[in-house]
Amino acid sequence: MIALLLRDLKLAFRAGGGFGLGLAFFLIVTVLVPFSVGPQSSLLSTIAPGVLWLGALLACLLSLDRLLALDWEDGSLDLLATAPLPLESVVTIKALAHWLTTGLPLVLAAPFLGVLLNLPAPGFSWLVISLLLGTPAMSVIGTFGAALTVGLKRGGLLLSLLVLPLYVPTLIFGAEVARRGAAGMETQTPLLMLAGITAATVALLPFASAAVLRINLR
Amino acid sequence: MSITAKANALWEYANPRKFLATSERVLPFFWITSAVCLVVGLTWGFFFTPDDYKQGSTVKIIYLHVPASLMAINCWLMMLATSLVWLVRRHHVSALAARAAAPIGIVMTLISLATGAIWGQPMWGTWWAWDPRLTSFLILFLFYLGYVALWEAIEDPDTAADLTSVLCLVGSVFALLSRYAVNFWNQGLHQGASVMRAAAVTGADTEEKVSNIYFYPLLLCIVGFVLLFIALVFYRTGTEIRARRIKALLARERVSG
Repeated sequence: MIALLLRDLKLAFRAGGGFGLGLAFFLIVTVLVPFSVGPQSSLLSTIAPGVLWLGALLACLLSLDRLLALDWEDGSLDLLATAPLPLESVVTIKALAHWLTTGLPLVLAAPFLGVLLNLPAPGFSWLVISLLLGTPAMSVIGTFGAALTVGLKRGGLLLSLLVLPLYVPTLIFGAEVARRGAAGMETQTPLLMLAGITAATVALLPFASAAVLRINLR
Repeated sequence: MSITAKANALWEYANPRKFLATSERVLPFFWITSAVCLVVGLTWGFFFTPDDYKQGSTVKIIYLHVPASLMAINCWLMMLATSLVWLVRRHHVSALAARAAAPIGIVMTLISLATGAIWGQPMWGTWWAWDPRLTSFLILFLFYLGYVALWEAIEDPDTAADLTSVLCLVGSVFALLSRYAVNFWNQGLHQGASVMRAAAVTGADTEEKVSNIYFYPLLLCIVGFVLLFIALVFYRTGTEIRARRIKALLARERVSG
């Protein structure tokens, strides 16, 4: 398992592109927002938590089609499926690798982009906490979507159509935590809900992803 | 007849030939009764019920809005059930019925959203509000779109049936989750369930109760929509079965010729 994780991380770092692209996309989305809604700092500070969450979600989505497609193309996915490691673990490791290379950098970058959008001071810690809790769910759900569309020639667009509705609960609760945190309100309820969603998806969805992957590898 | 024998009798319809024969025999019945129910219910509702004292004649859109919304949800439940049957017992008719139902569900969701907007404009002063019920229907619509898109995208029919079934199961969980998440996220403009609710039917709750004058034609419309849905699903499933047969015949011809 650790070997697989290290392999995926090495591939993400060395094969170029994939690792930095998500971050660059996040940056660009954040920079484009003031151009589209105007530079009033009061408006920007109200929408900042939601925009940052949406940007992180889209950046996460952008990197999903590479998650399994490369392994599918060169056949290493077949090898992994026949390996003694259960496919559920493979899928979990893949999601973990995706989170380490996409989700975690987004979490770390979010406060700096928050400065650009005039995020109120109490919002920073809540933004980081909510993203830290929410991005694993996004990786796991995304892995399920990637497993569904792995055999398709043009799976990219379909992948976003399938995955975005699944992101709705995570986005609602995550953005709510960040918004309430920025407004100085209590955040316990949405935070617990977000944590619950993440825990449940991490625990259950790998089984669905593995089942789907087995169908696709048949 | 014992229960197991009855259960076996149900599974007989997994045979496409048997399914087609029976569905063709009962289809005219469903078409005619649904047409009668809808014509009588809609005429009764539109022309022979008084205007509401607050809402005027706009209340009459209820005869399309409520049945369509009900069927939009029940269609997804039916797809969930048939997907489960496909995953467990691998009856092709079941998978094809789920496939056949999805576009009907899309249309029902669209009717519900459109009539809701037309009703909301005079009543709430807006076509659209980010109300939990409205929002969750929009999300349901997105789920339907993804489901149909996945069916269309995969060439191998068995793989497509498997993948869409899993998507339907996972999607159901997330759709339910979204339904309650949006409840948390915004307060509602839409009234609560006021038709099929014990307090509303027995008259204990008079505030949001649908008066009997409106309720009887509405019930007729609901029955009409249910029958129409069954007829459409039978009809479309038959089409899917025949389409697959044609594909098989063509493939056989190509191999032999």
